[in-house]
Amino acid sequence: MNYHWNWPIFWELSPDGVHTYFQTLLLGTAWTLTTAACAWIIALTLGSLVGVLRTTPFAALARAGDVYVELFRNVPLLVQMFLWYFVLPEIVPRAFGTWLKQLPNGSFYTAVVALGLYMSARVAEQIRAGILSLPRGQRQAALALGLTLPQTYAYVLLPMTYRIVMPPLTSELLNTIKNSAVALTIGLMELTARARAMQEFSFQVFEAFTAATIIYIVINIVVTFAMRMLERRIAVPGYLGFKAPAAGH
Amino acid sequence: MFANYDFEVIWRSLPYLFYQGMTFTLLLTALATLGGIVIGTLLALMRLSGTAVLTVPAAAYVNLMRSVPFVLMIFWFYFLVPYIGQWVTRSAQPVQVGAFASCLVTFTLFEAAFFCEIMRAGIQSIPRGQMAAAQALGMTYPTVMGYIVLPQAFRNMVPVLLTQTIILFQDTSLVYVISVTDFLGAASKVAERDGRLVEMYTFAAVVYFIISLAASRAVGGLQRRIAIIR
Repeated sequence: MNYHWNWPIFWELSPDGVHTYFQTLLLGTAWTLTTAACAWIIALTLGSLVGVLRTTPFAALARAGDVYVELFRNVPLLVQMFLWYFVLPEIVPRAFGTWLKQLPNGSFYTAVVALGLYMSARVAEQIRAGILSLPRGQRQAALALGLTLPQTYAYVLLPMTYRIVMPPLTSELLNTIKNSAVALTIGLMELTARARAMQEFSFQVFEAFTAATIIYIVINIVVTFAMRMLERRIAVPGYLGFKAPAAGH
Repeated sequence: MFANYDFEVIWRSLPYLFYQGMTFTLLLTALATLGGIVIGTLLALMRLSGTAVLTVPAAAYVNLMRSVPFVLMIFWFYFLVPYIGQWVTRSAQPVQVGAFASCLVTFTLFEAAFFCEIMRAGIQSIPRGQMAAAQALGMTYPTVMGYIVLPQAFRNMVPVLLTQTIILFQDTSLVYVISVTDFLGAASKVAERDGRLVEMYTFAAVVYFIISLAASRAVGGLQRRIAIIR
């Protein structure tokens, strides 16, 4: 290979004139983590709500939940980002659209909303599968004891469900972090975007991408390790573990 | 309300969107799925072989692919494939490969890691007794795998493999980041040329939605039909 390696490139000043390339990658990491964390809050909240709706005895609510999941699961994330970023400001009333377009850090908010809703459909699938995996008797016993349906979910079904679906939720959290890279298409300067910018300015392709890859692997290991600890603490004794759907990203 | 929109632009660009864009998308999906399943099965066999020389590299490869964003991997391969070509053909310069070949290598190698995990689960779902019985009958390891274990593993995993293919189909839109003209790329080029972002992106979303929904419904039907009654 006649590629010219230059590892000290990381300590050189980047074109912004303030930060070294290494520092720009760290800034990118911060954006990646912030975006993923905010999106994850949306995904977990909405995903739990929709997952619960799909298991309630009310057919209309369950159907609405199904439609929600199909809608967000069957359109590529990149296209969803474009819809939120390019299409939404055009179809809302003009004043609101202009406000949206002039929002500082607009691509960050768009990325959070798009990624959060996209992941919420996947979280809803896991929550629903978790609730359905519980023995039917638990719901029936809770209702027979006189708990209302919301109480049954809050005190009986959901506490069990979260403990059971922890492992698949961990992989969805990791997917959220990885999928935040798609936001570079709408101009969010997260880690992958910073690596690409570094490559464009310095022409050190492989150094830039190697650094980004290592940072992603480290994030992955840290999150996996932390979640394993949590999983071990909250695992339901006697459960072998919940079998998650195998396909996915 | 639709006074300012020009939906004619979709009609006018249909041939471009489908002949150029969708052909690219579907061909890439089909070939990458085939290649991914073949390489993924080999990786799964390596991971299950029990010899460290094979399990360690296979596991490392799969875990690497699974821990980085696909977008980053697309960039990696975009720059790496010419060097791989140079290494394979022993030429003096990095080999310039076309956009399609580059994307195909990227998608095949990336998705292989995910197909590997599916095939691994499939192989592990076959009772150990079958392997033992076949070996007791005097069959060699390749014979057992080829005639007993893999056909059943494959059959058990067909719905999951197809679901992964639908995900792959949606992922092909990511080639946008290296400016390749797939379906979304074509839609985006028309959108920017004619200033019709709303119409084109909405149309693209609807097309992706219909294809993915129809495909996942079909997979659901297939799953019910081929399920083995135990």
